[in-house]
Amino acid sequence: MKVITNIGKYFIMLRYVFSRPERFKIYKNRIFDEIEIIGLSSIPLVALLSAFMGAVITLQTASNMDSPLLPVETVGFITRQTTILEFSPTVISLILAGKIGSNIASEVGTMRVTEQIDALEIMGVNSLGYLVLPKIIAGVVTFPFIIIISMALSITGGLVAGLQSGLCSQEDYVKGLRYWFSVDDINYALVKTVVFAFIITSVAAFYGYYTKGGALDVGKSSTQAVVYSSIAILLANFVLTQLLLL
Amino acid sequence: MIEVRGVNKSFGDAHVLKDINVSFQPGNVNLVIGQSGSGKSVLAKCIVGLHEVDSGGILYDGRNFTEMDRYERKEIRKEIGMLFQGSALFDSLTVEQNVMFPLSMFTEMSKEEMRERANFCLDRVNLTNKNHLLPAECSGGMQKRIGIARAIAMNPKYLFCDEPNSGLDPKTSIVIDNLIKEITYEYNMTTIVITHDMNSVIEIGDYIVFIHNGQKWWEGDKSEILTTDNKEINAFVYAADFMQQIKSMLGKR
Repeated sequence: MKVITNIGKYFIMLRYVFSRPERFKIYKNRIFDEIEIIGLSSIPLVALLSAFMGAVITLQTASNMDSPLLPVETVGFITRQTTILEFSPTVISLILAGKIGSNIASEVGTMRVTEQIDALEIMGVNSLGYLVLPKIIAGVVTFPFIIIISMALSITGGLVAGLQSGLCSQEDYVKGLRYWFSVDDINYALVKTVVFAFIITSVAAFYGYYTKGGALDVGKSSTQAVVYSSIAILLANFVLTQLLLL
Repeated sequence: MIEVRGVNKSFGDAHVLKDINVSFQPGNVNLVIGQSGSGKSVLAKCIVGLHEVDSGGILYDGRNFTEMDRYERKEIRKEIGMLFQGSALFDSLTVEQNVMFPLSMFTEMSKEEMRERANFCLDRVNLTNKNHLLPAECSGGMQKRIGIARAIAMNPKYLFCDEPNSGLDPKTSIVIDNLIKEITYEYNMTTIVITHDMNSVIEIGDYIVFIHNGQKWWEGDKSEILTTDNKEINAFVYAADFMQQIKSMLGKR
């Protein structure tokens, strides 16, 4: 019952988030601030994870290919497909749900328990629009770029690992990367990314905004934000994969 | 004038406000006093619309706030300034930006005009050269004064102060109380102060409403509260006077 109530509250929240802003100029400035907080600050973590995950995918694939019938180029092909279709859009989004989701929920939750949100409401400011909309826009705009960076670094990490371990040559790897390449795969990944960005920012803001109590409850809201946005990402991933690939 | 008419408010099974009827005096400092948990903060939050009332009405100069939609309420809220118990300053903004915030949202002022107005309000609360500090770098008393400066930035008609002295030393409390009183008369505002501090009653209270167990138990002016034979009020006043007695006893030694 509580789940249904929360889903209802979430959609009511979205209605207020997307209502007409008081001042476009102030919202514009807030969006740029949020792009820095949500997007740019995530790039180092995403870069590190992607490069190493790409390297591990290559090493695992190469070391598990026992059949002589499988060409060495398969290593590059599998690294590319794994990275583009699932690792970069889904796994990186799940990791960002932890980093960004907890950040948003704790920021908004702290504003709630210290009455800063009440102060906005008393002034006549639409607090949901002012606080949440810039975060959603910043997430939706920056996540696709982050995921493209992730894809590039993961594939590069795979190449470096393959060469360094001697499991495949540069020529074989690049040849594998180019096998049956379709731009639709990138589009599919970016569509998923935009949906995941929306889920992470809005679900985290929801749990932060409706925090009740004190510091302990802000911590609980942060945890709930990460857990429920991760579950929502997995469900959305399943649905989108069915819709876009089948 | 702010009128509260037959307001009831419950949270689950707890009936927090029971048929409250009060008319707050315009241009004066109105105090809502009572013990912790008596419902005075809930009453203030109902008046400003942070809590929805279950029944009854809130009238701002005859305009029924409880029957308004969110856009009409927004217009009323531009006439309200509020000082929160914990000041509720925006952490990420400097002192000056905090005071400029409502101006930047709702006026067509240029940045220079907003800065000028913010500096005027900060000067009014005796805060100069602190513009570039963050709230976390300010003391509790300074934060309260910044809160007052932000509350008066838009020239409000109504000022609400929720426990303005909480967490402050007695000397700073008097400074804040006097500031609230001076500003109320200077700008001819209707001020409602939620407090359980008897010193505030003596210092600044023009009209006093006593809330007990969610009910309006008593209302009257400052001179009446000290002479009333109401048992609950005497118990409340005596608890605070106890400290005064200790002070006078120490003075005699």
